[in-house]
Amino acid sequence: MEIWRWDRFFEVWPYIGEGLVTTITYTLLGSVVAYVLGLIFAVVRQLRIPVVDQILWGFIEFVRSTPLLVQVFFLFHVLRPELLSGTGVDLSTQRLIVGTAAVGIHYACYTSEVYRAGIEAVPRGQWEAATALSIPGMRVWTGIILPQAVPRVLPALGNYTIAMFKEVPLLFTIGVLDIVFYVKTVFASDVGGAGPEAWFAAGLTFLALSYPCSLLVRRLERRVGTV
Amino acid sequence: MIRFDNVVKRFGDLTVLEDLNFSVTPGEFVCLIGPSGSGKTTILRLLMTLEKVTEGTIYVEGRPLSHMDRNGSLTPADEKYLREARKTIGMVFQQFNLFPNMNVLRNVTEGPIRSLGKSRDEAEQKAKELLELVGLSDKLTAKPGQLSGGQQQRVAIARALAMEPRGMLLDEVTSALDPELVTGVLHLLKDIADSTDITFLCVTHEMQFARDVSDRVMMFDSGRVLEDAAPEKLFTDPDHERTRGFLHAVLDRA
Repeated sequence: MEIWRWDRFFEVWPYIGEGLVTTITYTLLGSVVAYVLGLIFAVVRQLRIPVVDQILWGFIEFVRSTPLLVQVFFLFHVLRPELLSGTGVDLSTQRLIVGTAAVGIHYACYTSEVYRAGIEAVPRGQWEAATALSIPGMRVWTGIILPQAVPRVLPALGNYTIAMFKEVPLLFTIGVLDIVFYVKTVFASDVGGAGPEAWFAAGLTFLALSYPCSLLVRRLERRVGTV
Repeated sequence: MIRFDNVVKRFGDLTVLEDLNFSVTPGEFVCLIGPSGSGKTTILRLLMTLEKVTEGTIYVEGRPLSHMDRNGSLTPADEKYLREARKTIGMVFQQFNLFPNMNVLRNVTEGPIRSLGKSRDEAEQKAKELLELVGLSDKLTAKPGQLSGGQQQRVAIARALAMEPRGMLLDEVTSALDPELVTGVLHLLKDIADSTDITFLCVTHEMQFARDVSDRVMMFDSGRVLEDAAPEKLFTDPDHERTRGFLHAVLDRA
């Protein structure tokens, strides 16, 4: 066993920096998908439309009960060739679409539950007052229910973004050029093996970003109160 | 104005209203009194279409509330029909139910703009008049959370009036208020009742108020109308022992 090599520990940072940009990009885009799609899922489920409701429930349960990696492979190796091949979209863009969709849809199935809790926490009297004023359904959602429900669930949504940030490295398996790729492939070939120092540095990077974000979320929680 | 025709309401096995028949003429102020769980609030909730009748029909201004006339036969009402039917009636709730994310002015203008299709200017003009009527001209931009219970209930009254209803349902509107705020709200309601021709249906435990303002008082017990009489008669010389007992219990507490 080799002893700890500080030179590798110091030299890996520029590589991590390159990959980090990609990791953050996927996390942010994936979050947008998860927030928007999760909200749509939650509202559609609340409307309790027969059949649609059961299908959506089944889909959400299915996604929540299967591994993200399996979903990533399914989207990339099964759906992508069907849907994106021959569309003229280059492979790296295809990866961006598939990767963002995979983490976004996966987390949408969790955020939809968060939104649901937020929506159910709005007192029934709010719906009744809206009914008594004959306010149209769409406006009840956009003007009354969601403005009360969404602020309360922001901390929980933030937590899912942090969780997603730590899951994006899975996308290395479909060739996304993230931190894992830069450490395992680029750095390792430049210096002849990544070594424990590089992986330790990669771990530190996630810690250094996740932890302050968690603290921020906790502060936000205290401000808005939990559901 | 309002007619209940053999109305039955059950929640599962529990019968809340049993074969209820009564009507209210336009401009009347009717108070519903009786012990908790006797079905008074359910009557208001049925009228506001927050609940559906199990059997029977409710008529508002001659039109069935839960059914619509389609080529001569009655079919269950759709959402559009219900929304039209509701516009005749306003409701004030025990817990106010103001929209906490909107300021006072927006609370009052939301209904007229979104459901009556009024312009913002027109709705705000009217809302300001109503908020002056309820004594809250200086709170237009306050959020409900910054107001006392009494002030919130005044806003809720203005909000219901802004819809220009021909009937108003008052559901224990002072029950959630601190005792010192009750009188003010009741005075306001009396003024409104005296100065408009709105029909009122009021569930209340404020017997003095019921006696002062109502044209008629209906005493409920176990989902039935036990007694239906002018206030002077009902409060001084009720026909039923049960009514007498209830009045004693309520007045002793006060």
